Amino acid sequence: MIKVTIDDVEIEVAPGTTILNAARQVGGEIVPPAMCYYSKLPGTGGKCRTCLVEVAAGSSADPRPMPKLVASCSTAVMDGMIVKNKTSDRVQTNRGGVVEFLLVNHPLDCPICDQAGECHLQDLGYEHGSAKTRYREERRTFNPIDIGNKIKLHMNRCILCYRCVAVANQLTDKRVHGVLHRGEHAEISTYIENAIDNDFSGNMIDVCPVGALTDKTFRFKSRVWFLKPYEAECNCEKCSGKAVVWMFGNEIFRVTARKDKYGEVESLEDKTAWICNDCRFDKKDPTKWNLIGPRKIDRHSVISQGKYATKNDNNPKLLQ
Amino acid sequence: MARKLLIEHAEVPEIASYDIYRMHGGYASVEKALKTMSPEEVVEEVKKSGLRGRGGAGFPTGMKWSFLAKPEGVERHLVCNADESEPGTFKDRYLMEKLPHLLIEGMITSSYALGARRSYIYIRGEFMYVLRILEKAIAEAYANGMLGKNILGSGYDLDLVVTPGGGAYICGEETALLESLEGKRGNPRMKPPFPAVKGLWGNPTVVNNVESIAAVVPIVNEGGEAYAKIGIERSTGTKLISASGNLVRPGVYEIELGLSVEEFIYGDDYCRGIANGKQLKACIPGGSSVPILPHYLVTKTAAGTDRLMTYESLADGGFASGSMLGSGGFIVFDEDQCIVKNTWNFARFYAHESCGQCSPCREGTGWMEKVLYRLEHGQGTLEDISLLEEINKKIEGNTICPLGDAAAWPVAAAIRHFREEFEWHVKAPQEAQKRNFGLISAPIEA
Amino acid sequence: MKVDHPQAVNEAPIEFSAQTMTEIQRVMGLFPEGKKKSAILSILHLVQDEFGWVSVGAMNKVALLLNIQPIEVYEVATFYTMFHLDPVGKNVLEVCRTGPCQLVGSDDLIAYIEEKLDIKVGETTKDGLFTLKTVECLGACGYGPMLMCKYQFYERLTKEKVNEMLDAMREASKS
Ligand SMILES: Cc1cc2nc3c(=O)[nH]c(=O)nc-3n(C[C@H](O)[C@H](O)[C@H](O)COP(=O)(O)O)c2cc1C
Ligand code: SF4
Ligand code: FES
Ligand code: FES
Repeated sequence: MIKVTIDDVEIEVAPGTTILNAARQVGGEIVPPAMCYYSKLPGTGGKCRTCLVEVAAGSSADPRPMPKLVASCSTAVMDGMIVKNKTSDRVQTNRGGVVEFLLVNHPLDCPICDQAGECHLQDLGYEHGSAKTRYREERRTFNPIDIGNKIKLHMNRCILCYRCVAVANQLTDKRVHGVLHRGEHAEISTYIENAIDNDFSGNMIDVCPVGALTDKTFRFKSRVWFLKPYEAECNCEKCSGKAVVWMFGNEIFRVTARKDKYGEVESLEDKTAWICNDCRFDKKDPTKWNLIGPRKIDRHSVISQGKYATKNDNNPKLLQ
Repeated sequence: MARKLLIEHAEVPEIASYDIYRMHGGYASVEKALKTMSPEEVVEEVKKSGLRGRGGAGFPTGMKWSFLAKPEGVERHLVCNADESEPGTFKDRYLMEKLPHLLIEGMITSSYALGARRSYIYIRGEFMYVLRILEKAIAEAYANGMLGKNILGSGYDLDLVVTPGGGAYICGEETALLESLEGKRGNPRMKPPFPAVKGLWGNPTVVNNVESIAAVVPIVNEGGEAYAKIGIERSTGTKLISASGNLVRPGVYEIELGLSVEEFIYGDDYCRGIANGKQLKACIPGGSSVPILPHYLVTKTAAGTDRLMTYESLADGGFASGSMLGSGGFIVFDEDQCIVKNTWNFARFYAHESCGQCSPCREGTGWMEKVLYRLEHGQGTLEDISLLEEINKKIEGNTICPLGDAAAWPVAAAIRHFREEFEWHVKAPQEAQKRNFGLISAPIEA
Repeated sequence: MKVDHPQAVNEAPIEFSAQTMTEIQRVMGLFPEGKKKSAILSILHLVQDEFGWVSVGAMNKVALLLNIQPIEVYEVATFYTMFHLDPVGKNVLEVCRTGPCQLVGSDDLIAYIEEKLDIKVGETTKDGLFTLKTVECLGACGYGPMLMCKYQFYERLTKEKVNEMLDAMREASKS
């Protein structure tokens, strides 16, 4: 085990652990935000730059500070390393810069975005963004493309985390979408008219940190914070069948995988509990699911404000 | 007249053919290295020579070679970076077109030193006609036993392949180049791991610029120490300089490092001064990614000493009043040039060439380009100028690869030295459309 | 800023000429077994040499030859700016617009060609003979202003040289 100090908290972690994962082992405030890294998808990370931290000392062997901020998601800890995240003004300023970059071309259409309430970019903007924009230019827009009847792609909102490409590479047998073109013209696309339709392609929706990929079977049906999430189980031949069903009264509005406080699909019995498209899109009948109990949402988002504990919950009509 | 170690024979008729090249002493370094030296000895000579990478970063080549991981049973590679796409740089093309065998000779000697048995030249796709020249030369080298199995009876085997890019500046960045060479998009890789540990197809790899590899030939022939005697301090040997812009005689020159900038711009053997009898306004001495210098900092440093063509002297004064030797792309501006327009032009270049992977570069380069476009077209504000400086600071150092820095630095330097001209574009937009700002005078020290 | 990349229609893989196929076999042969994808840029150049541009059907064929998914070809082809993904004229004039060339008059060169051919950058002449594009630095900065056509460099261009060049290209296209 090797020792690393993050924001004055000392911990021991296994060699090869990244700074971000070391911080996650402690939890709380010292964990840098991650928009592109996804621990369940090898090869992700390094791109968004929101997880930048300061390395005040490289290691006990070489205690020099690192000149540049480093991406905590893809930098391995060294014995005696001292990392600053919350305690570094430099990190806070530059992270603010990264958030500004992620927002300059973002449509800011949260009022009509299904991801609102569980959007990582919203959280990030809330925490690090500024109330005003300095961007006077025309925002970038892409012409909409159709990727099938299950998943809606809203490229204008995409931050190019590449997570959905990793899902297609790692969970499906045939990738039909990817990142095309380059620079500020880079986009997620199929290039040709093609549906992204594969048993596990729906997981792209769960890994998308923003509202670029959303569930067409749930589109505009409800705000997520009006729904009550339940842990649920079903017998499924294709996947674990362990999911969260989002209910309004007795109706299932949408089905997602079970996600942890970092927005990542949980591991159950040592395997990432991805769910299949049948469970996600086609099992909206509550009798097909065994409801285990309310799902606690561990994120500091409006969904966890406990809306479903109010009296509206028992009286859905009130909301209509 | 200065010594030429690389392009001495460049204009000899048919020097691109094996026989003529051989007649002028070609392939001597291969004979010497393979017959009389161990690979380690070759590395040692390169270390002694003090050769620093000619691709832009100036990293000592011998040291880079000694970092190459050598795990048992794993193939290693030498990859030649012939992507040459840094604006202002066109020396590698000259060298390869005129002296293809010099590069091939360098590749053989260097590959031998590194224990690489499969080496690659990655050349930008636009240089397809140069690729054909290299292919022909490689075929000749095979036919003459300089490539292939058991070269010169030494037991050393080497295969050499030249392959094209497809139009992407970023593929000059070594890890993007490796991605591209693997047939993928040119997205730079996260480092570590460095190519010396995990490079092409995951194998330990050294990536070197064309000129660095060619310089190994005279180093092996004459010895590292002799090479190190040319030049000054840590700038040893000769360097190819690509001179462009408003010069009487732009072109590729081989200089001994340590030549004065004054001599290079105005000397009879070199560029012969500013074209059309005009005055020097500014100079970017090392390719578009390095800071621009106003005329009063070109031939003299801020301290008043002569500015020399060396890594150290061009950097003298740091970012406040210095620049960098970079890739040796020496771009000269006459008094009629508009700095705002040029800054916008280069900003557009970087926005166009960003791979788009990381957010500060993808969004920041595009943003800067748009702000600079407005400034140049008379629609800017004074806040835009400070905004540019802000965007700059948020890109610099925060990206995956140095393209972000390369995009940020020139803008910062242009504003630093030519703020008046930027402000003039805001205050007198109409006038700025019609005439040029002209020369600025050196700030007077209080 | 509008990014306009409509989805293309899928097409069946097309056939390449025997000569192109021989060349493709050769460039694939340059790379070790299992690493044939490295030849993709060479192959795309060969395809473009044969057809003048790179169509969906051509990319689908490349995917078959390399035994990879078509999307992997699209990803690569759209990253590199040399590949024309839409039909172009017989002669694509790619004028360098970057700093060093601009210092020595690339703006005027572009304007002159626009006027001569009566097209704007990005357009093709009605007779299908010329397409005008601007590109970034081509590594010929000391010999600007310049342009590239069919991998050939035309350097230190003046109005007279442009006229001669265009005439020669028209002549060559007749045969
Ligand atoms: C954006 C970018 C573009 C580059 N372009 C080139 C290039 O065209 N040619 C080159 O030799 N090096 C280029 N480099 C530098 C290479 O990454 C690498 O440092 C170099 O090839 C190493 O060779 P050397 O040590 O012999 O200089 C570039 C670097 C960056 C960041
Ligand atoms: S800095 Fe720019 S070019 Fe380099 S990896 Fe990031 S987006 Fe790509
Ligand atoms: S999470 Fe580390 S760079 Fe995106
Ligand atoms: S700037 Fe035109 S060739 Fe380099």
